[in-house]
Amino acid sequence: MALGLSVIFGVVRVVNFAHGEMMTIAMYAATVLFAALKLDPFLSILPVAAAFFVFGYVLQSAVINPFITRPEHSQFMLLVAVAIIMVNGLLLVFGPDARNVQLDYQLESFEIGRILIDKARLYAAGAAVLAALGLFLFFKKTLTGKAIRACADNHLGALVVGLDVKHLYSLTFGLGAMCVAIAGCAMVLLVDVTPPLGPAYTLLAFVIVIVGGLGSMGGALLGGVLIGVSEAMAGLFITPSAKSMFSFGLLILVLLFRPQGLLGRKS
Amino acid sequence: MKRRQFNAGLAVAGLSVLANPLNIARAQSTRLKVGVILPRSGYLGFIGQSCQKGADLAPGVIKDMLGVDIELMNADFESNVDTARTRAERLIQEGANVIVGPFDSGAAAAIAQVAEQRGCPFVINIAAAPQITEQGYKFVFRNFQTAGDIVRNGLDLIGDLFQATNTVPRTAVYMHVNDTFGQAMTKGIGAVMPMRTQLPFKIVDTISYDPAAKDLTVEVSKAKASNADFLLLVCRLNDAIILRREMVKQRWNPMGIVSPGSPGMYEEQYYKTLGKLSEYSISNVPWYNPGAKLTKIVEKAFLKQNPKDRLEFHGLNAGFTFEAILIAADAFKRARSTDPKALADAIRQTNITEKMMLGGPIKFNAKGQVEGIGSACVQNRNLLPTVVLPATAATAKPVFPVPDYKKA
Repeated sequence: MALGLSVIFGVVRVVNFAHGEMMTIAMYAATVLFAALKLDPFLSILPVAAAFFVFGYVLQSAVINPFITRPEHSQFMLLVAVAIIMVNGLLLVFGPDARNVQLDYQLESFEIGRILIDKARLYAAGAAVLAALGLFLFFKKTLTGKAIRACADNHLGALVVGLDVKHLYSLTFGLGAMCVAIAGCAMVLLVDVTPPLGPAYTLLAFVIVIVGGLGSMGGALLGGVLIGVSEAMAGLFITPSAKSMFSFGLLILVLLFRPQGLLGRKS
Repeated sequence: MKRRQFNAGLAVAGLSVLANPLNIARAQSTRLKVGVILPRSGYLGFIGQSCQKGADLAPGVIKDMLGVDIELMNADFESNVDTARTRAERLIQEGANVIVGPFDSGAAAAIAQVAEQRGCPFVINIAAAPQITEQGYKFVFRNFQTAGDIVRNGLDLIGDLFQATNTVPRTAVYMHVNDTFGQAMTKGIGAVMPMRTQLPFKIVDTISYDPAAKDLTVEVSKAKASNADFLLLVCRLNDAIILRREMVKQRWNPMGIVSPGSPGMYEEQYYKTLGKLSEYSISNVPWYNPGAKLTKIVEKAFLKQNPKDRLEFHGLNAGFTFEAILIAADAFKRARSTDPKALADAIRQTNITEKMMLGGPIKFNAKGQVEGIGSACVQNRNLLPTVVLPATAATAKPVFPVPDYKKA
């Protein structure tokens, strides 16, 4: 999820404040597919990610692109408005009740010596690593990926050499939305979904990408691991109530001593 | 329109405005507007909706019982204390004669301040933090046990449970939500435990967590590491579900999960979401009297409104919410007025003996608190909350230690 946020910001330079809400929609999509077709959320990734790519592309082309040259606060208000519309749309369609999927392996774990590893979490981590790898290969090996990177590196230069920057922005937002869809499908195995779930995850994604470095794919992964491990350690050795305090403490430290994030580049 | 016609119209309008208070008084004396504030969405959403079922059936039942017309003004505070405050203010502005709700202690404390400032009677259905009725408020009333009462009754029932099952657990790990209710319960346990010397166990670790937590992996692994005989749990609904799942994932099978008095494990959603995993969890909570005459009436109305549902899943939430509205209606009938002071005075004089929930009659003490509300030990059996103690109200025998979840 944080990867998607980082990719979108890294290229389009727009902070997606509707990121968590988009993930919530993906989670609902996975529950609907499970209820209707008994489709395992990991299999739902394919149709949901494809739909989200189209959705992201259209959202960027029709709504966000006109705001690209406007002041940042206009972009902020736009995406907050999109987020509010999403939450209320979900409330209208699904109501306030929590929904989930129930599969046998959700309650199972692998045992390695004295260590128990939650199956669903392990599968979710696997999906995240595969998504990151796929994205990395796309940006490194394909012509379109290289063009998107060119846009991110030098917007003016990209325009000069004749790249269709707006189209590439839309593609990038579509890819970011795909990442969100993958996260949503994996997350629905771990958390029950309700319409107001999004903002907490948007905030978490922000913390992760700021710690890792906004715009850095590797940074998003590193930030995610660091935040997860620091919360777990704080919970285990100090008190579980202090978990969030530690992740935000880490955020403040990074902002103080390395404002561009651990793997971010100085602007 | 000519000037004279306009002036005549103005005069008539003026007279009607002067006469209006009388009209209001007449209107007020025939119908009681009850503002019902509940958390119908957010992390307390399921419980709020469960309480709402008790409110929805109240006007019909109370009309038949007392002949009082009730108009419900429903508000959702979205499990957010600040929203509870603003919803209460809006309900009073819109003409609510009395406020009922809100299930949550934090929200109750906020609404109590508004009710007191605005002089509007507030009847709490469910909220246990003792301080709410310790502030000297004149318009705040509570027909629910305080955290201290819940803990006292809950711990006594735990003692009874061990006696009835001939078990002697030596250690417990105490996990609790860190909201207003959870803190109040923790204080209560800290104060009451030393006095209950007959209880054979010691609390070896205390773990608090956010009631809106989405992940309790660390908390459960810490609790498991304590090697305690059983889990003493003060929870809400969503966290109880997450916690139970996490216990299974981490293959932690203590002798049982026992709540000394908190919501969560007897709620319908707990059974629906967890299925067999919900079995044998124990909650020592204020409960309804299945044999009471009023319970039968309420159950009939409940099934009429919710034909696919069962009162057992909503007994506590719907029961106390219904009783809160009954208290307001009974006071309104005696006061024959919606004047806030007259209503509050009438509520203070309440003496309802025909009631639904366990315990003595509904009578408020000088602080606005009902005393003597009873508790029951409710164990999940065959996907239903089942009273297993006290023996006089029990419909099944308690099971403790509970079977391993794989055998459940």
